[in-house]
Amino acid sequence: MPGRDWKDVDIITAGIDVGSVSSKAVIMTDGEIYSWSILRTGSNSADSAKKVLDWTLEGTGLKLDKIACIVGTGYGRVNVPMANKAITEIACHAKGANYIWGPTVRTILDVGGQDVKAISCDENGRVTSFLMNDKCAAGTGRGMEVIAGLLKIPIEEVGEMSLTVDKEPDPVSSTCVVFAKSEAVGLLHDGWSKEKVLGAYMHAMAIRMCELLKRVGVKKDFVITGGQSKNIGIVTRIENILGVKRLPVADWEETGLDPMAAGAIGAALFAEALYSKSLKR
Amino acid sequence: MIAAGIDIGTQSAKVAILKGGEVLSRSLALCGFNPKEAAEKAFKEALRKARLSFDNVEHITATGAGAAKATNSDSTISMVGADAQAGAYFFPSARTVIDVGAEEARAVSCDENGNMLDFVLNSRCAAGAGTFIEAMARALEVELEELGPLSLKAEKASPINASCVIFSESDVVSLIHRQEPKPEIARAIYDAMADRISSMVHRLGIKPHVVLVGGVAKDVGFVTSLKRKLHTELLIPEGPVFAGSVGAALTAGKRIG
Repeated sequence: MPGRDWKDVDIITAGIDVGSVSSKAVIMTDGEIYSWSILRTGSNSADSAKKVLDWTLEGTGLKLDKIACIVGTGYGRVNVPMANKAITEIACHAKGANYIWGPTVRTILDVGGQDVKAISCDENGRVTSFLMNDKCAAGTGRGMEVIAGLLKIPIEEVGEMSLTVDKEPDPVSSTCVVFAKSEAVGLLHDGWSKEKVLGAYMHAMAIRMCELLKRVGVKKDFVITGGQSKNIGIVTRIENILGVKRLPVADWEETGLDPMAAGAIGAALFAEALYSKSLKR
Repeated sequence: MIAAGIDIGTQSAKVAILKGGEVLSRSLALCGFNPKEAAEKAFKEALRKARLSFDNVEHITATGAGAAKATNSDSTISMVGADAQAGAYFFPSARTVIDVGAEEARAVSCDENGNMLDFVLNSRCAAGAGTFIEAMARALEVELEELGPLSLKAEKASPINASCVIFSESDVVSLIHRQEPKPEIARAIYDAMADRISSMVHRLGIKPHVVLVGGVAKDVGFVTSLKRKLHTELLIPEGPVFAGSVGAALTAGKRIG
C-alpha cells in the first residue's frame, strides 16, 4: 500500500469488475491505485460486488460515502447496485491496460472466466476494434478449470506443469470443451501423462486464442489481461505461436497493477473522469 | 438374401440384420473404451435374435464415426448416406431426415429412393447433440429418462445461456439456487437444443415430410420442443436409434450380387 492518506486527496473513485468467475475492486485516489481485492464470484452478482468493495475498503478507514463515483463493469455489471454507471469490460480493459503498461499498448488479449476478447486500442487506451468469443467455453478460463478438474490438478499449477513436457504435444482435435474432455480421458487411457494431456489441451487453446488475435490484428505492444494471464502454460504457447512476447508486469502484488484487475482499474479511471466532468458542469 | 449394417457411434454400436428388405433383428451395445468389441457384441446378439450364423450374412456395410473399427465389414457408407436410406425406407414420403446422436447432429435431404441429395452437420459443438441433454439432466439431478416428461409440465421456459454445455451447466445451477421450477428449467434446456438443431436444419431447407432419427428422437421433451420450433410434424420410426444401422444394412442389401 502506498504511504498516502486518503484524507489528503481530491478525488476518490472505485471500479468494480464482476466477472463470471472472479470479482475485482479497485479504489483510486487522484488517479492512483490505493487499494484493491479479488474474490470468487458467488451465485449473486450484487452480493459479490458488495463483498469485494467491502474487502477493498477494509482497514483503510474509508467509508463508502467518501467515494465520489463508482463504475461497474464485467459480466455482472448491470447488477452492481452501488455503481453510478456501468461501462463494458472491453472499454475498461483497454483503459486499464493503458494504465498498467502505458501508452505503447496496442493489442490486448483478455482471457476471462467465460469469454475471450481480442482488443485493439490507441495510445489513450481507447478501443479501436475488438473481437470476442462469449458463446463457447473453448479457450476460456472455465474450460481450463474443467480440464484441470478432470486431471485433479490445482488450477494454479497447470501452467508450470504443462511446460514440463519434453516435446510440445499435438493439440487436441476437439474445439468443444465437452469433446476435449472425452478426448483427454481417451488419451489418459492410451497411457499419456497428465502433463502431456495438459500440454495438448493448452496448445489447442492457444491456437484458438491466436486465431481471434490474428483476426483483430496483432500490433506491438501486446499484453494479456484476465485470470489466464497468470497461466504461464497458455502465455508461453501464445507467444510461441504469434512470435511476439507480451509485456510482463513486475511487482504487481505490491503495486496493485494486476493484469487480472485491468477491468476494475479501467472502471475506476472512468469513474474519475466521470466525476471530474460532473464538477466542471 | 441376408444383409447386415453396423453403425458405430460415439456412445453405442448398433447392428441391424435385413432379409429381403425386412428387418430381422437389431441390437445395441455401449462402446465404453472399446467400440470394436461393442460392435462385435452387438453383431453376435443380432445374429442370435435372427437365428442366423455369421456365414449366412452375405454383405456387411459399416457406418458411423467409428465405421473403420468394424473390421469384419465388406464396405462402408457415409452417415448421411445411411440416414437418407433409412429415412426413405421407414417413410417413403420422407424428404428431410434429421439425425440427432450423442455427439453429432445431421440433417439430410433425400429423394423417394433414399438417395442423399444434400446435408448439413454439427460435429464440433456438444450444445447441439445428445450430450447436452445428458449434461443438463446431471446438473438438474434428474434421471435422463425423466427430463423429457418433466419438461412437458412447464408452461414457459426459464431464461438460460444455452450456447455452450459448460456455460449452461453453471446457468442451470444458478437457476436451481434461485428456486426456479425444475420443469421450466427442463423446458429451457430442450428449447435451447431445439433452437440449435432448427438453425442447422434451416441451413439445409426443410422439405416435408420430416423424419427424426437418432437416440435423441426417443426423448419426448426434445421432440416436443423441436416440433414447436420447426412448425412441422415429425415422423419418428420405431427404434430411431437404429436408423443408421438399418440404412447401412439397406446399402449392404443393394451391394449383394
